[in-house]
Amino acid sequence: MTTKKSSEFERPDGRKFDETREIKAKVGVVPNADGSAMFSFGDTIAIAAVYGPRKMHPQHQQDPEKGTLRCNYNMLSFSVAERIRPGPSRRSTEISKITEWALEPVLMIDNFPNNVIDVHINILQANASTRCAGINAAAMALAHAGIPMKGLVSSVSIGKLDKQLVVDVSKKEEDWEEGEGATDIPITFTNDGKITHIQLDGKISTKQLKEAIELARRATKEIYEIQKKALKEVGKE
Amino acid sequence: MTDENQREVVIPGEIIASGDDYLPGENTEKKGKDIVAIKFGLAEEQNKLIRVIPLSGTYQPRRGNIVIGKVENVTFNGWVIDIDSAENAFLSLMEVPRYVDKNGLEEVMDVGDMVVAKIWGMNKRGIDLSIKSRGLGRIEDGIIVHINPNKVPRVIGKEGSMIKIIKDETGCNITVGQNGFIWIKGDKVEDELFAKRAINFVTEKSFVSGLTEKIEEWFREEKK
Repeated sequence: MTTKKSSEFERPDGRKFDETREIKAKVGVVPNADGSAMFSFGDTIAIAAVYGPRKMHPQHQQDPEKGTLRCNYNMLSFSVAERIRPGPSRRSTEISKITEWALEPVLMIDNFPNNVIDVHINILQANASTRCAGINAAAMALAHAGIPMKGLVSSVSIGKLDKQLVVDVSKKEEDWEEGEGATDIPITFTNDGKITHIQLDGKISTKQLKEAIELARRATKEIYEIQKKALKEVGKE
Repeated sequence: MTDENQREVVIPGEIIASGDDYLPGENTEKKGKDIVAIKFGLAEEQNKLIRVIPLSGTYQPRRGNIVIGKVENVTFNGWVIDIDSAENAFLSLMEVPRYVDKNGLEEVMDVGDMVVAKIWGMNKRGIDLSIKSRGLGRIEDGIIVHINPNKVPRVIGKEGSMIKIIKDETGCNITVGQNGFIWIKGDKVEDELFAKRAINFVTEKSFVSGLTEKIEEWFREEKK
């Protein structure tokens, strides 16, 4: 009986099991970009800036069939307690690619041959779930840049702490050591409820994974409303 | 749902209206019975035709647009012109309304010159420009202002009402390119700078309703 245990379960920061941290979203934060947005889960802050569509450079990467999406995820050196070496790393290259795959299904960029849309995601402050915050910010920034899209995407991370599922994992929960330890599952949904990205490393039963997806579906609905509100605010100016 | 003349901000994927009587226009899509926005912008309804006017983003070239661009390269049969869009535009020798010596293309237009041109064709290879109509051609003097291309409709106003006020009040000749470049030509530099300030005022206040009245008031204040 997970439901009974869920209400009793205590998270390090006193949240309920299906409660996200405080979410903030703002559109139009980078004046020089064609589109930009900020998204934060509590202490995790991501800024996304979109440039383009513009001509792909280097030329040999041009695709005459359709447009290309190019994401660049970057954690700033001061974003974590222990300074990290600036510049691309194995981890950031992987997350950049993951972000591209999460966003591509909603983009309609077939009509931009030889062109590229650049998305730069910078993590100002990290407290776990940075890729989810990055994807959420990027989705808003792409809409703001006037890119044709089928819809927005919203992303959230589901954690399994010992046997308990929780929404929006924080750093403290990510390092959970009791029982089975922690498993982190970032999931991205489109606004009509389709999955564009799911990652999992760790162990989870099929039954519980299904529960995790349902939990994420509910959480991303809330996130979508916040993204929508932020975009409408800049529209009114 | 949008009422007549009532504009609403919509985001991609948002249902603007549903029912079979509505038709999808620019930047919208029909999904089952619903009309869905595919761009972020203002939704507008006219005779059951729904379209979305984008609020931000880069300039999207369209056939028939008047644009202002910079000569980027001179080739053996024309000029490559940068019009601030993803695709570079080409002005062919054939689209120049007078005789040009094939060896002296630079004398007509050289790299760095500004030109007012019309988009007469778009294909997979790029954009084709023409300067065969009145008011088009190389810019000799005056100043050029760059604004956000999404604000061009506000600077022009309904049926050119806004630009007419600015022209009359400053005594300048103004050409607005759809790509956000504006060419101002007046008798004195002061007049040109005055027109530039007026245009900047319009772009800053672009979201205010009744902007034509506001600009008239602004001119009264400034001319005191």
